[in-house]
Amino acid sequence: MKFDEKQYALNRELAQMLKGGVIMDVTTPKQAKIAENAGACAVMALERIPADIRAAGGVSRMSDPAMINGIQEAVSIPVMAKCRIGHFVEAQILEAIEIDYIDESEVLSPSDDIYHIDKTRFKVPFVCGAKNLGEALRRISEGAAMIRTKGEPGTGDIVQAVSHMRMMNSAIAKITVMREDELFNEAKELQVPYELVQYVHSNGKLPVVNFAAGGVATPADAALMMQLGADGVFVGSGIFKSGNPAKRAEAIVKAVTNYKDAKMIAEISKNLGEAMVGINKDEITLLMAERGI
Amino acid sequence: MIKVGVLAVQGAFVEHEYILNKLGARTIELRQKSDLYKNFDRLVLPGGESTVQGKLLKDLDMFALLKEKIINGMPVLATCAGLILLAEKISNDSRAYFKTLPVILKRNAYGRQLGSFHCDGIVKGIGQFPMEFIRAPYIEDIGSGVEVLAKTNGKITAIEYKNQLGFAFHPELCEDYRIHKMFLNMDLQENS
Repeated sequence: MKFDEKQYALNRELAQMLKGGVIMDVTTPKQAKIAENAGACAVMALERIPADIRAAGGVSRMSDPAMINGIQEAVSIPVMAKCRIGHFVEAQILEAIEIDYIDESEVLSPSDDIYHIDKTRFKVPFVCGAKNLGEALRRISEGAAMIRTKGEPGTGDIVQAVSHMRMMNSAIAKITVMREDELFNEAKELQVPYELVQYVHSNGKLPVVNFAAGGVATPADAALMMQLGADGVFVGSGIFKSGNPAKRAEAIVKAVTNYKDAKMIAEISKNLGEAMVGINKDEITLLMAERGI
Repeated sequence: MIKVGVLAVQGAFVEHEYILNKLGARTIELRQKSDLYKNFDRLVLPGGESTVQGKLLKDLDMFALLKEKIINGMPVLATCAGLILLAEKISNDSRAYFKTLPVILKRNAYGRQLGSFHCDGIVKGIGQFPMEFIRAPYIEDIGSGVEVLAKTNGKITAIEYKNQLGFAFHPELCEDYRIHKMFLNMDLQENS
């Protein structure tokens, strides 16, 4: 299939509709229903949430299409699913079952250690992780219609997501104040197409929506990422690894809407039960964020 | 100066604000109950996820006050999810929200994202207009007094009813501001 500009615009626009919202990882139709009722703007269907992928080790792949279908039938909000980095056949399968968004994700084991999927060949939209501006713009040039920070999935540790968001924002700010004749070299340094650097220079932002992901565990984490400039938030293990998923999910949704209102966040943070235990990023040997650069 | 309250609990509200500001209106983001006491005389219900917006409206205790404003005649521009919030009945969902607009609407009427599409169509009183349908609804049936502003492939996709303008597509995603102008020109006192 040839690259379809109009479809790409529609795909970017679907991400715009998700802004100010929370996308939640779910593993069963029942969890999907809980997420939808708690105010998730979309769900990510996967067999194992990142924390369990970490614990289980081994190779982690695209979920069973039957399991994804079950979740599609359970909810009316958009359903996303993950394929391995570079695994264009998993992506073709997800497109065939009419998924609303594909996450080409470092949470799964990469299937290709050099090439990402050529996402311009798909009609269905893709979201990709990035830890800096170069990665983000490379994914966009490959056809990603939405970007999220990589963070460090399955840890409940927000530090990586914060650092990725800050790195991206400061690189964007730097480009906006550059002279126009410096943009060519910046494109070379970032290893990205010149046109995308030019876009960032004139608009001061990415050409697609940018969500935070990887390590969000509390309403305060979610609000922190929003104050740092995220358009919305993905929560993976943080909800269904916690003591009271429905209550925590609702609180995170409200914290994203009113991310500047500390009084309200204080109120909704009360008595949420146990947060996911979490692993410090220095305690883990597998850095998922290093996958696919 | 015209002051427009833009529901900002979730979705693509910034896009509306950008256009309204370009047209010289001031916008006020409505994120919680206290925002509803600010001074505004028009209302925008933006695109996004209607289930999320509907839930937050109730959880944040904004629902009753906003409904009252709509019933009292405040001009409303609703797009996609916003139109769903206004509809009296949703044929494929047991949920319904403000119910101030006598229409029966179908959610996700074109299926999943692969069913999203762009086309050009005629909007009554405006003419040719670019239309983005993103997991969009359409209107299956209308009650008395509802005027059809646009049909797409035989389905009703834009209406006007008293103080309410509703679109299944997204005028906030194009560079054509005529629908927002039409909204800003609506009579303030109508039906109040």
